[in-house]
Amino acid sequence: MIYDLWLLIFDLVLLGTLLALAVAALSSPEPRRAVMLFIAFGLWLSLVWARLRAPDVALAEAAIGAGLGGALMLAAARRQAREAQQGQALAVERPSPLAVWGLAFGSLIAAAALLWVYYSTLHGGPEPERLADLALARVPESGVTNPVTSVLLNYRAYDTLLELGVLMTALLGIWSLGRASAPFQPAGPALTAMVAWVVPLLILTAGYMLWIGASAPGGAFQAGALLGAAGVILRLAGDPAAGLPGETAQRWLVSLGVAVFALVGLALMVAGLGFLTYPPDQAKWLILAVESAATVAIGATLAAAYVGGRRA
Amino acid sequence: MSAPFLYGAAGIILFALGLWSLLVHGPLLRRLIALNVMGGGVFHILIAVAYRGDAQAPDPVPHALVLTGIVVAVSATALALALGRRLDSGDGDD
Amino acid sequence: MDWIDWLSAVLVALGALFFIAGTVGLLRLPDLFSRLHALTKADNLGLGLIMLGVLPQVGGPLQGLKLLMIWLLVLLAGATGAHLIAKRALRGDGEDMFE
Repeated sequence: MIYDLWLLIFDLVLLGTLLALAVAALSSPEPRRAVMLFIAFGLWLSLVWARLRAPDVALAEAAIGAGLGGALMLAAARRQAREAQQGQALAVERPSPLAVWGLAFGSLIAAAALLWVYYSTLHGGPEPERLADLALARVPESGVTNPVTSVLLNYRAYDTLLELGVLMTALLGIWSLGRASAPFQPAGPALTAMVAWVVPLLILTAGYMLWIGASAPGGAFQAGALLGAAGVILRLAGDPAAGLPGETAQRWLVSLGVAVFALVGLALMVAGLGFLTYPPDQAKWLILAVESAATVAIGATLAAAYVGGRRA
Repeated sequence: MSAPFLYGAAGIILFALGLWSLLVHGPLLRRLIALNVMGGGVFHILIAVAYRGDAQAPDPVPHALVLTGIVVAVSATALALALGRRLDSGDGDD
Repeated sequence: MDWIDWLSAVLVALGALFFIAGTVGLLRLPDLFSRLHALTKADNLGLGLIMLGVLPQVGGPLQGLKLLMIWLLVLLAGATGAHLIAKRALRGDGEDMFE
């Protein structure tokens, strides 16, 4: 690929900042600072992916990876900093300098080996037939025009079903580990005003993302992440339930994604087509139905994961 | 020196940095950050491989894999944090 | 590059300059409140200038409206965040604030 000098400088600055943020986040001993640097690293990673023409993934990383992951870790960092201040922290054994340098050398060897393998894979031998050409060729038949959505919900629908299952399983694990932590104090006027504007806007934008995911960057995961973010904001403003209904209703909402997906697959199998094999003229509506259920389930699961346990 | 190689190399370096931090540091939160940075490196390699320049559309299959991976990584982080909180609260029984 | 592109480049560069000013303020000012002040004012103005610079380049009025909404939302979130940080620092709710 011909590489323009200005573009090379731009790319080097992007990647240099990425690596610097990663080093800063990994080497900071104070927990809250490390988490905030990690959030910055996640947002910068999302920016780099936008440069690499991956807008769907950049949206998901900014919302789920940096946003929700950072929010989850920040709660733990706050607790850790408070315990350290009150002198309750357990003494952490420092690894010996020999171990530190030995492991650093080992990681360097591993990185060099991986780089050599990667380089020879890129430059060795003729290019085989890429899976991308096959995938892109049949996108118009798949029911949607956004290639990433068609891969996620048509070609690899089984993987997405299992991923929703993983999400549900993690939440079941969180629920079985005990009660949620104490809620935040009720919000003052400024935060209440912001919540009154932002939460309806988030719900509206989630619906927009869900619909537009068929033809433009977007889809069920980004929409579900926005709903989860609305739940996080509500919990930060003092609502102990993060905007979610009671426990029984939560169980229904969380299992809705896997349930609808599996039922659609089974219905198609009963109709004689095979598990999750969509007929081309109904594919669009089936995908929309599955995506809607998945959005609600993902939003409820992420908000419930942020609550962090069963309600007291 | 092409774009996929440059970005893939950065992803490999991120993976190695996260691996070193995971093995060296003790507290749970620092290990989770290290694990997430490793995950970010792996996703970065996938996105770099999928890039085809400005002329062609990017390869959608690695994008879908990374999307799945991000959601799984955040679920695992949430579960690990809940486990850590339960361990720290220390009910007294092993 | 015609004059619209030059205008965009100048506005984006001005916005970047304001971001640099805000970051220098974050790093060098002595007090939490003065740092908050520098950060929110400079960064909001910087983002506004960048948005004005990008506005002529977008595809249609709908995209321009979306850019404007992004700026307004960042303004809202930044103002609320700064208010919350300052309120917490003033009331001194227990966690170390002035380190």
